[in-house]
Amino acid sequence: MVIDTRVCQKHAPCEDCIHACHHIHNVPQIPYKKHEIKWIWKDEFEHAFPDTAHEYANEVLKGREFLLLCNHCEHPPCVRVCPTQATFKREDGIVMMDMHRCIGCRFCMAACPYGSRSFNWRDPRPFIKDPNPEYPTRMKGVVEKCTFCTERLAQGKLPACAEACKYGAIVVGDLADPHSEINKILREHFTLRRKVHLGTGPSVFYII
Amino acid sequence: MHDAGKVIPGIIAFVLFVTLPFWSNFGKAAPKPQPEIPKEYKKCVESRDFMRREHMKLLRKWRFDVVRNNMRIYINSEGQPINMSLQNECMRCHSSKKKFCDVCHNYVSAHPYCWNCHIPPEERKGWATKEVKSLTEEASSKQPASHH
Ligand code: SF4
Ligand code: SF4
Ligand code: SF4
Repeated sequence: MVIDTRVCQKHAPCEDCIHACHHIHNVPQIPYKKHEIKWIWKDEFEHAFPDTAHEYANEVLKGREFLLLCNHCEHPPCVRVCPTQATFKREDGIVMMDMHRCIGCRFCMAACPYGSRSFNWRDPRPFIKDPNPEYPTRMKGVVEKCTFCTERLAQGKLPACAEACKYGAIVVGDLADPHSEINKILREHFTLRRKVHLGTGPSVFYII
Repeated sequence: MHDAGKVIPGIIAFVLFVTLPFWSNFGKAAPKPQPEIPKEYKKCVESRDFMRREHMKLLRKWRFDVVRNNMRIYINSEGQPINMSLQNECMRCHSSKKKFCDVCHNYVSAHPYCWNCHIPPEERKGWATKEVKSLTEEASSKQPASHH
């Protein structure tokens, strides 16, 4: 996935991608910060890229907001620590969760360096205003995160966030295919990934 | 034995007392559960006998195939393709969890946790009943409860 942060900045404070994802996946809107659940959200440069940010960073970066979500890492630490294999990596590289198996131990949350995972401290259902009846909710005591819309990919659709963006800021594609659109974009632009030095191999790229 | 005259009737009384629930229900069977079968559909995924006996195993296989193997189509014994989904496929015909699933599950005291996450047809409209403000106050006043 490539996110063109210039486009996001131009159309700030657009949050269509976040609303689309959270609506179709029945992600609850919990106003109490400590119980918050999020699959995709925004944050500023120094939080998104703490190892790259410094106090002399230019004004443009300071004002820009960055979309953050699970990076579907190539070497996902969350998968290594999960004792039940509830979190696993699919053959196509997507880091997927099997909610039926999650025991809520939260090892994965400790292991993920990106804060991509949220724990259900409480029953999420009262906080889902307008549920999507075609997708399940979660229950109290499990961890959840972005699933790269596996249910939509299976139907030949794009991930909801990419589809929802009117400005085309989010592009998804096959990194393993050298002729894919996404590889072309990556060849032509300067991009950053989050915390690459940790060796997780994040698969979300940011055009700066 | 000195007190056989007291002990033996005592034992008999005790046994009778302990088995009282059994005697009081003797000969009266609890009514057979009558789950509501959809009228407009004649056939389920597999035969009725198979579904009665094996639906839980079938659903477990489906969940494994969909979530872990990214396979979404089940081919039944008649060669028909079926979308493997409890929430979107089973409940398309079985339009009431209360009148179908719950009837037998309550009878045998089985409590599968499918519906903690999957949305039953009855609840498609949602649950957001409380005001968000009161929930916030409630949330901040309570310590997070432990899991399960
Ligand atoms: S971003 Fe976090 S949750 Fe996602 S694959 Fe990487 S380590 Fe796992
Ligand atoms: S919380 Fe769930 S997904 Fe995370 S490590 Fe524990 S069992 Fe695995
Ligand atoms: S890929 Fe799908 S699940 Fe992940 S953030 Fe985008 S819309 Fe949400």
